[in-house]
Amino acid sequence: MITIEELKRIKEEQRPILEKRLIEQGNVNINEDGSIVLNGDYYKKQVRIALKNCGIIDPNNIKEYIAVDGYFALANCLINKKAKDIIEDMKASGLRGRGGAGFPTGRKWETAFLYDADQKYMICNADEGDPGAFMDRSILENDPHSVLEGMAIGGYSIGADKGFIYVRAEYPLAVRRLRAAIDQAKELGLLGNNILGTGFNFDIELRLGSGAFVCGEGTALIESIEGKRGMPRTKIYRTAHKGLWEKPTIINNVETFANVPVIFQKGVDWFRSIGTEKSPGTKVFALVGKVENAGLVEVPMGTTLREIVFDIGGGTQNGKEFKSVQTGGPSGGCIPANLIDTSVDFESLDKIGSIMGSGGMVVMDENTCMVDIARYFLDFTVDESCGKCVPCREGTKRMLETLDKIVSGKGEEEDIEKLESLSETITLGSLCGLGQTAANPVITTLKYFRDEYEAHIQDKKCPAGACVDLVEYFITDKCIGCGACARACPVDCISGAKKELHVIDQDRCIKCGACMEACPPKISAVIKR
Amino acid sequence: MDIVINGIHYEVDNNTTILQACRRAGIDIPTLCHDDRLEPFASCRMCLVEIEGSNKLVTACSTHVKDKMVVYTHSEKVIKARRDVLDLIIGNHPLECLSCDKSGQCKLQDYCYEYGIIESSYLGDKREPYVDTSNPFYDYDASKCILCGLCVRVCGELQCTSAIGFEDRGFDTIVKTPFNEGLINSKCVSCGNCVSVCPVGALTPKAQKFRHWETKEVQTTCSYCGVGCQLNLIVKGDKVVGAQPSLEGPNDGLLCVKGKFAYKFINHPDRIKTPLIKRNGKFEEVSWEQAYRYIRRKVIEIKEESGPEAFAGLTSARCTNEENYLFQKLFRAVIGTNNIDHCARL
Ligand SMILES: Cc1cc2nc3c(=O)[nH]c(=O)nc-3n(C[C@H](O)[C@H](O)[C@H](O)COP(=O)(O)O)c2cc1C
Ligand code: SF4
Ligand code: SF4
Ligand code: SF4
Repeated sequence: MITIEELKRIKEEQRPILEKRLIEQGNVNINEDGSIVLNGDYYKKQVRIALKNCGIIDPNNIKEYIAVDGYFALANCLINKKAKDIIEDMKASGLRGRGGAGFPTGRKWETAFLYDADQKYMICNADEGDPGAFMDRSILENDPHSVLEGMAIGGYSIGADKGFIYVRAEYPLAVRRLRAAIDQAKELGLLGNNILGTGFNFDIELRLGSGAFVCGEGTALIESIEGKRGMPRTKIYRTAHKGLWEKPTIINNVETFANVPVIFQKGVDWFRSIGTEKSPGTKVFALVGKVENAGLVEVPMGTTLREIVFDIGGGTQNGKEFKSVQTGGPSGGCIPANLIDTSVDFESLDKIGSIMGSGGMVVMDENTCMVDIARYFLDFTVDESCGKCVPCREGTKRMLETLDKIVSGKGEEEDIEKLESLSETITLGSLCGLGQTAANPVITTLKYFRDEYEAHIQDKKCPAGACVDLVEYFITDKCIGCGACARACPVDCISGAKKELHVIDQDRCIKCGACMEACPPKISAVIKR
Repeated sequence: MDIVINGIHYEVDNNTTILQACRRAGIDIPTLCHDDRLEPFASCRMCLVEIEGSNKLVTACSTHVKDKMVVYTHSEKVIKARRDVLDLIIGNHPLECLSCDKSGQCKLQDYCYEYGIIESSYLGDKREPYVDTSNPFYDYDASKCILCGLCVRVCGELQCTSAIGFEDRGFDTIVKTPFNEGLINSKCVSCGNCVSVCPVGALTPKAQKFRHWETKEVQTTCSYCGVGCQLNLIVKGDKVVGAQPSLEGPNDGLLCVKGKFAYKFINHPDRIKTPLIKRNGKFEEVSWEQAYRYIRRKVIEIKEESGPEAFAGLTSARCTNEENYLFQKLFRAVIGTNNIDHCARL
């Protein structure tokens, strides 16, 4: 059994070793208050809470986690706080779930706390299935103990002695690191029975998900842990009341848990001083797409999209015109350039029809077709729908078919209306969050980029030049007849005599764009139109 | 607690679902996936209703009433959602009502009629065709399946066999046996409870041809064992053409393979329908009255001649409990022997 003294001793012993290693590495700053931050412009504008140890400590060594005050929050909670106090602190902190919906974590824990049961469960949702999202992965791989510690604090507060981490099998490194972390914590007595001599028992097991996006949905995740098909349950009871094996169960996201120990280390007031009134703290975003500096960005809630995309992300690549940013993954919405000064918090994003989601942020430039983007996300949802309820199973498929029609130039006038009507039914009538938000990409693109839909349908043109069926490559009279295009064309559909104007046979052209690339830049005779 | 449904106040108990409250109030809420005996599944979305103060529609089958709740069961928003749901379902359903066995007793057909859906607005893909006729008693045609999940849940939750389940996901979701081994090679015990609950023509008995409107139902007690399951025989003219479990008996809407499917003996030409007495080495048909008189006479004669121990009675598992009870009473109390047994002991 480990004692608090022993924990302090490990910290004192390990801290100098860690600092020495970091100084040798040379990529960090050790501040006067003991905090350690990564160097560089990219990090300067960020405030890292959930990611604070990522890239700094050795995730395979529990002592390094202890050296940065790890497990002291748990120790403090177990020794000095009652379960009820922890819940009050969590409520006061205003921490909201980082897994998507932004539900206040303290209130959620309180519900499970209030139910009397012989067994309760604490689950960490590490299924991270949004395409392009990798914030949870980064925490799991680089700072697994912060999640374990957060879960243990949560477990203590609601009265659970058992935790599960549902992690996707496609994250083998995260799985390995979590396994190692659990083993080390158990060995030291920071997990298991009678933790720190307080009589509190808490054990954590891993459960591997097999890649179904819908298993990130709380009730589907529970079904999956129970060994059943991952299909959401209808919420006749809340999971905090009857969840895993009908017992009170709390599910939180990886990033949510990673915030918990810090809140108890630095205090509620400190936490509330970051972010906005209604959304305190920070949020990690996976900034991807046509942006100069792609990567993970952790910023205070309330930071504007402009600051994230331009100040940190460095704007669009190759100086292309910025068109839109998509937040919230497949359930999110496309935000147009004129709303780039929107502040990023749960309320503001909701107001403009998008969501925070788990933190995906995809930057799009002038070459992105918004109809095609909506189609892309819907294609994902159609694939990932569990097939349980009618609006999602059948409705998203019909919506995708309609979008397919539009991007291939076969759209009809009434298609827009059909999409709107169907969006409404799918949103209102689906069983789980997947279906209820599946139409968001379509709804927001129709709201902000309706002209692009109309161009596809009425003029059979794709303004961004992205929809293959609606563009053609054409050789203008700037052509000097060098034949470079004809040699590059993989289907030999360009003809023309030497030094004479070349012509593309539109019927045979596969629209690969090889001709455009092959035409000497000085001439640039091939255009896309 | 007090709730308001479509403008009228009702007093309902805690823990009542909106669906239960509506049914008690005589308000019809359409359902395709609901069955009182099963856990709410909420997959068909036909029972969507509107709650004042909430943007989303909720499923009546899986939402508990709350005090002062104001419910609209047929608002414009609700009707549109239900119509869209039906439209989407039949968009992936063959409109073969003319040749479908279920026609006239199909919930999908009824609701489409009620909500005025003539054909689907979607002309897209349909589910991959798949049929399984390997079971000797019933057929499965996946193209007609609406994925209400009733069969899967009845088989798992009530029959406790779990022979079938959902496979694949999204639009490709289909009800199948594990590893696609086919019903005949699966754990299926042919109880037919899945067939009894299928609201459409996806699971159908290998039946004689009949139209539901040509038949009448006759409630009876299953004669195969002593449980006393109640069932409704489906009768066309003077022929039994099917059996449907009744919800009223001890069987709570379930049957076993015999009760569900083994009714064909009823119309079999070899079936003995009158008592037979052997005269001159040949069985002759007699009336019940004649038979009873014969038995009575013989019993008295033999008992006087050889005493009660000369008798032995063998009764049948296919009689009801009550009939078996009476039979042993006859032997013990009237004839006076304990030589009485039952075929189920063999
Ligand atoms: C289709 C779907 C997928 C989801 N996937 C995830 C996921 O991968 N990770 C996650 O933490 N939450 C996911 N969620 C949200 C969870 O249902 C749940 O709200 C969340 O894990 C709660 O944790 P939080 O309160 O800490 O945010 C998903 C929700 C839906 C509807
Ligand atoms: S909304 Fe989609 S994912 Fe959710 S239960 Fe319905 S079919 Fe399954
Ligand atoms: S017949 Fe009975 S055992 Fe077979 S699949 Fe149907 S419900 Fe299950
Ligand atoms: S076969 Fe019938 S009962 Fe089973 S899911 Fe399909 S429609 Fe429902």
